[in-house]
Amino acid sequence: MAQQPIELILLHQWASYMAIPIGVLDVEGNLVYYNEPAEAIVGERFDDVGEINASQFAELGEITDIDDIPIGEKELPVVIALTEQRLAHRDLKFRGLDGQFHSMAVLAFPVIGQGGRLLGAVTIWEPDSE
Amino acid sequence: MRITLWGTRGSVARAGMDTVRYGGDTSVVEVEATDGTRLILDGGSGMMRVTPGLGSFCERIDVLLTHLHMDHIQGLGFFYPLRDPNIQTHIYGPVSTTMSLEDRLARYLSPPLFPVRLRDLQAMHLHPVGPGAFNVGPFTVFADLVGHPGPTLGYRIEENGSAMAYLPDHEVALGHPVFPADPKWTSGFDLVKDVDLLIHDAQYTEEEYAGRVGWGHSTLRQAVAFAGQAGVKTLVTFHHDPEHTDEMLDEQLQKALAEDLPLELVPGRAGSAFEI
Repeated sequence: MAQQPIELILLHQWASYMAIPIGVLDVEGNLVYYNEPAEAIVGERFDDVGEINASQFAELGEITDIDDIPIGEKELPVVIALTEQRLAHRDLKFRGLDGQFHSMAVLAFPVIGQGGRLLGAVTIWEPDSE
Repeated sequence: MRITLWGTRGSVARAGMDTVRYGGDTSVVEVEATDGTRLILDGGSGMMRVTPGLGSFCERIDVLLTHLHMDHIQGLGFFYPLRDPNIQTHIYGPVSTTMSLEDRLARYLSPPLFPVRLRDLQAMHLHPVGPGAFNVGPFTVFADLVGHPGPTLGYRIEENGSAMAYLPDHEVALGHPVFPADPKWTSGFDLVKDVDLLIHDAQYTEEEYAGRVGWGHSTLRQAVAFAGQAGVKTLVTFHHDPEHTDEMLDEQLQKALAEDLPLELVPGRAGSAFEI
């Protein structure tokens, strides 16, 4: 198991201290970490599930817009962040591993390190308070 | 591979009777291959001790900088090969997103901080380095960014079946409530895995570190835990705090040696040499 680049290590550490839901993805799109606040949305503890690879993530559950219309993979903020290397934002609904739907605002940004290397992405989730 | 420590002090040079044994000069390490090819790791004030050994036959010298903090470059201006047109000097340093290596080095090597400008130095070749591998003569050098404020490289150097690693400024335990942690999430792990010799930051005591988290350095205990987890054979302590006297460093080392260690622990003293 190769060591992660320092930029992702620092983001992993930062996310572990934050009180808002945050996920860290590697350059392949694998969800390599999500923090405790994000566990309520994913529906499982990270320590129990571990990393979720990109293909598993796509099959996890439904992702729709706020009108319940399915969102294509290419339209997801994390996919935009990784493929187009730009910040992306969207309101959506996500069904977690526990079967519960969560409405939330999702922000994702690419992690571009020294030398312009794309290393992954960070996604921040703001659950709908209503 | 022969490795010689010429400067072992961290942050700022500290000359005096109470730093004679461990040394007062800042970071410089010389690595010599079996065919005589030499690498110089960092350009601290210990550079003044390197040059007499280079000899008149030297045609090329390669200097690998981990980062551009002053204690790692302040000896460059006094490194005579940079003023000798007959010696090719190759300097490697970390890439930056916003400025070239030349521009960043020129911040120091220019008035008013230094009387000579970088562009006036002879036969110098600059090589920005990012994560990856490159060759210098018989050496294969692996570089990776490690945990320290600003772009900072650690190096792993292999030659003729031997491997050493050099991480003089490295806060390996930053953000880990329990250390050692999962190697996958540990800065520098791949660089140091199974090396014969690791030269690693051991600047702080445990008590000092508690008040200096985020400053970019490690404790001796953290360095030992990191090296032990990575299967390092010999750990050399390095980047000694300028406030630590020989007596204090002896005491810290004895305390560490009293425990059952999974490796050989050696004090990093200026002038010490190692064969691997």
